[in-house]
Amino acid sequence: MEVRLSVRTKIVLTLILIFAIGALLVLANHKASDYVVLILNLMAINIIFAVSLNLINGITGIFSLGHAGFIAIGAYTSVLLTLPVQQKEMSYLIKPVIPPFDRIQLPFLPSVLIAGLAAAAFGYVVAAPSLRLIGDYLAIATLGLGETIRIIANNAWSITNGALGLKGIPQYTNLYWSWAWALVTVCFIVSLVKSSYGRALKAIREDVIAAKAMGINVFSHQVMSFVVGSFFAGVGGALWAHLITTIDPKSFTFTKTFEILIMVVLGGLGSISGSIIGAAIYTVGLEFLRILESPFKIWFIKFPGIPGMRMVVLAVILIVLMLFWQRGIMGRSELSWEMFFSLFSRLKRGGRK
Amino acid sequence: MRLTDFFQHLVNALSLGGIYALIAIGYTMVYGILRLINFAHGDIFTYGIYFAFYGVSLFLLPWWVAFILSIFLTAFLGALVERIAYRPLRDAPRISALITAIGVSFFLQNFATVVFGGRAKSFNPQTGMYPTFFLNVLNIAGVKLRVLSLITLGTIAVSLLVLVWIVYRTKVGMAMRAISKDIPTTRLMGVNADRIITFTFMIGSALAAVGGLLWAMTYPQVYPFTGVIPGLKAFIAAVVGGIGSIQGAMVGGFVLGISEIMIVAFLPSIAGYRDAIAYAILLFVLLVRPSGIFGVEVSEKV
Repeated sequence: MEVRLSVRTKIVLTLILIFAIGALLVLANHKASDYVVLILNLMAINIIFAVSLNLINGITGIFSLGHAGFIAIGAYTSVLLTLPVQQKEMSYLIKPVIPPFDRIQLPFLPSVLIAGLAAAAFGYVVAAPSLRLIGDYLAIATLGLGETIRIIANNAWSITNGALGLKGIPQYTNLYWSWAWALVTVCFIVSLVKSSYGRALKAIREDVIAAKAMGINVFSHQVMSFVVGSFFAGVGGALWAHLITTIDPKSFTFTKTFEILIMVVLGGLGSISGSIIGAAIYTVGLEFLRILESPFKIWFIKFPGIPGMRMVVLAVILIVLMLFWQRGIMGRSELSWEMFFSLFSRLKRGGRK
Repeated sequence: MRLTDFFQHLVNALSLGGIYALIAIGYTMVYGILRLINFAHGDIFTYGIYFAFYGVSLFLLPWWVAFILSIFLTAFLGALVERIAYRPLRDAPRISALITAIGVSFFLQNFATVVFGGRAKSFNPQTGMYPTFFLNVLNIAGVKLRVLSLITLGTIAVSLLVLVWIVYRTKVGMAMRAISKDIPTTRLMGVNADRIITFTFMIGSALAAVGGLLWAMTYPQVYPFTGVIPGLKAFIAAVVGGIGSIQGAMVGGFVLGISEIMIVAFLPSIAGYRDAIAYAILLFVLLVRPSGIFGVEVSEKV
């Protein structure tokens, strides 16, 4: 049975859902342990990362592997702006920080916005040369870009404090900031995907030449998608830096991009709701896999914990996903209220047709 | 800079470039046949070093037996990866194969961390990895060279010659070249394509193992992520030379190795950016000539 809902009902239901999540967050903020709060924060940030990467990789079909680089730019930019002046003097031992960063200290929100804009600006600059390439070449070029950013961060002592990294970052990120930004990201990207721009992006993904023939300016659309994706990667990076309070170039290796890629693939390349689900499962799953690294018992047999086992399992999961379940959880379809209600009515009828 | 210094740098540059070339060939052959970037190639290189290390330290084999055994084992590992992870995806979208390759690379790195341990193992004559005389210094007309450098250059030359002989003078090589042009037609000619593809992976991995052993003797340690940076650079070398072309991979490897060593030698102030040189060259080549030095321009079919 096809369930049809009016637009108004759907908006109301969505608002109710958002308020319910908000209420849960308020509850979690007051009652839950620090550990749970940390995981919830990470989940929101991972949602931002996964949705923004999915816009580039899944919706537009540009296989970019440079996400960690944009995250790094966002993180470093925001930290340069928010780090207290005394802390800067203490941190930059080898070379003092370049002006004007040695004097200024901004509040959190403008810093995050500037971080996003910095990442977007960088995305704009590198998009033009990289997007001349296609397919695998593009993947490698963006991978190289991401790594180059990391190498620069490792060597530009007067900006990033090099390999020592930055410590003592004020922990501004809380559940409200991270989930509000996640909401902004999802709303913005969903409305982008649903607009005529989004349809053009999907057309480009399906067939570049046909899209061109339909009069779509492929290049400018791709650049736009890339810039929007980089902006939110930068924002996510800023939130992340202010959650874990220390950053160094090693935090932004290719592994970071790889983790986000797993979330996106798990949820379904090209599905925004899939990316949200993928990010949530990944964040929680990673914590459950910690069991493997501490000693555990199955019946009477004791297993010693094996450090590093989590990552092995993750890699196996990704390979198995690709071999047997390439679509991921959602494929390219999106969650909708109709889907939810038809499932509900099917359950109510107890499986009878 | 004195001339003798220059020659010393040149020998280092050629050794490094040769190692990049050996690894790059594995990338380029696989890409030429399957249009797949084998991200795991750099990690196969790491395993080559580990096999030799454990052959000597655990099974107490003489170093040269361990080295030869390691080359064969690595070839087998390459074939295994192809069989398990890549073959089922041969007709899948290219992006799935690419993601799988990234997954395999990640798996091999972390598996090595779990099984071999994350701490670096030293790979030097003290641990019996190779004879001490490799480190002796020869003085040839004022140029000071280690025996190891000469052995490295010799091994690279021999390996490259053997490869060229296999690819251009044997039946298997002919089949490999045919498959890179057109798999279905080659099948119709009675060639077992799967076997040739497996063989390609084996040759690529064996060369990676040779490169890995030379690398480990020069930079005397091995840890689970040893292969990441040389693997990436070798891939860049393959792209710079024109991916899919064996001559291209060789030339690209030497271009990368020579520019890396020479830039650091002439401008020591930017030594920290050493690893970024390869990416700069990559971006430059991709922008000027996206198909690489020896690549053929392929226009996308509608």
